[in-house]
Amino acid sequence: MISAIASADLLIQASYFVTAVLFIMGLKRMSSPVTARSGILWAGAGMLVATLVTFLYPGMTNYELIIPAIVVGTSLAWWSGKRVAMTDIPQMIALYNGMGGGAAAAIAAVELYRGAAVGIAISTLAVVGGIIGAVSFSGSAIAFGKLQGLIHGSLRFGGQKFLTLIVLIAALALGALVASQVNTSPGVVTGIFVLALVLGVSMTLPIGGADMPVVISLYNALTGLAVAFEGFVLNNAAMIIAGTVVGSAGTLLTQLMAKAMNRSLGNVLFSGFGDTAAAVSGAGPQGSLKPIDASDVGVMMAFAQKVIIVPGYGMAVAQAQHKIWELCQLLIDRGVMVKFAIHPVAGRMPGHMNVLLAEAGVPYDLIADLDEINSEFDTADVALIIGANDVVNPVARTDKSSPIYGMPILNADKAKNVIVIKRGKGTGFSGIENGLFYLDNTRMLYGDAQKAAAELIAAIKAVG
Amino acid sequence: MTGIIALYIFMLAAFTGYEVIARVPVILHTPLMSGSNFVHGIVLVGAMVALGEAHTPLEKIIGFVGVLLASGNAVGGYVVTERMLEMFKASGARAKKDAKGAP
Repeated sequence: MISAIASADLLIQASYFVTAVLFIMGLKRMSSPVTARSGILWAGAGMLVATLVTFLYPGMTNYELIIPAIVVGTSLAWWSGKRVAMTDIPQMIALYNGMGGGAAAAIAAVELYRGAAVGIAISTLAVVGGIIGAVSFSGSAIAFGKLQGLIHGSLRFGGQKFLTLIVLIAALALGALVASQVNTSPGVVTGIFVLALVLGVSMTLPIGGADMPVVISLYNALTGLAVAFEGFVLNNAAMIIAGTVVGSAGTLLTQLMAKAMNRSLGNVLFSGFGDTAAAVSGAGPQGSLKPIDASDVGVMMAFAQKVIIVPGYGMAVAQAQHKIWELCQLLIDRGVMVKFAIHPVAGRMPGHMNVLLAEAGVPYDLIADLDEINSEFDTADVALIIGANDVVNPVARTDKSSPIYGMPILNADKAKNVIVIKRGKGTGFSGIENGLFYLDNTRMLYGDAQKAAAELIAAIKAVG
Repeated sequence: MTGIIALYIFMLAAFTGYEVIARVPVILHTPLMSGSNFVHGIVLVGAMVALGEAHTPLEKIIGFVGVLLASGNAVGGYVVTERMLEMFKASGARAKKDAKGAP
């Protein structure tokens, strides 16, 4: 019997080792476009091995609860993951990430309630991991709600930062009581988790929609850290390694995103800028908005030599990527040189536009990032802006009082003609008026991006 | 596992995560975030162990919710990452075909 347990333990440890290797190799492969697709398969194989072997864990009971929980969780996630539209991927990542954070918090809760986290190091890790997991859970849920359009605007009131700070301090104080094992009563343990859940909500509510990508990435890193901490509590090497790798990789990814917006992480989390910062920057731009018809734009593009397309969130909302690519193929057939210019934070996540264009079948070599394309706007006849706003706002170069001052932008204003496809006259997520729209060489094509693209296709076909 | 060994594992894994992602192109940021989101779904094995060792009804309820959430993290993370990367493969193949077909 003892040897059976020993050999089961050896099998589990060996399998977790293989899982850790598969995860790291999988992530490595996911960081290159050529091998990316196989990366998720490697990581998936690792997850399968680890899950199956965990059923052999010595001393496990409650299989009648474990199996239904896995079946229900798996079915719901599979169903929702398969049917979600590509444009809604960012909020689904937030949702699944929050579930992971919640699971880490649940592990902490079970271990603390049953008094299994003994020793000050282990109980501290259990408490801290639990707090981080719970913050990630409720914070991600709010991020999901905002991106899904369930929560509108940003809730802010005087003293909000102060209140958030008080909640944080209270959660840490109760956590210290439990971790130091001065008072480990269930009431105190419950108090920690309630406060941590409130903290996640009050941290995330004031942050505007434009900053959600950074916030989701941050919560992703935090969930990784929480998983690693609970891995220490359970003495589980697979959790420690996978959680830590995600924690550090996620932190780096978060920094890259914040940097692309020329803002520090602290600024994203605490400045409250994001969607109502409007009314600042004194006098609005000079001039007027000049509308144009699709047929005129069609002629202009059909006889252009070079067209640069700048997609933004508006393209994603309208699901216009397929129509846009159809439009581009028409132009390419006419001998027009077409390129896509992708700003690092266009859309809701870095790479969001790349994913959508890849879905539509746009080849990689037509897609350029900010550094590659910015010198080319001078030579472009038409810059077609599709539902992008702040990322082409020249105010970021000139107006020191603007909240987006210093953010690298696409120099679409340097093109001979700028056509802006836009649903209405509203401002971008930053709430700042866009100087580009008022320039002499800019024309506005109002309407839904998909409808506008269809009209442009018809117009170009009419040119013959 | 002694405390100091655990600390070494933590340190080495942290550097590994940093290095793996340090030179990733922007085009893969979203899939990679989604992929790392899937990887921390390993919390499932911890949740299974926690529920497997739970005794009181309260522990069992929390453990059940934990396993449910963790399997959602793992499976949902896998499905959306796989769908995203699938498109990259499709467009890559098509791009190659177009290049070959071009005169």
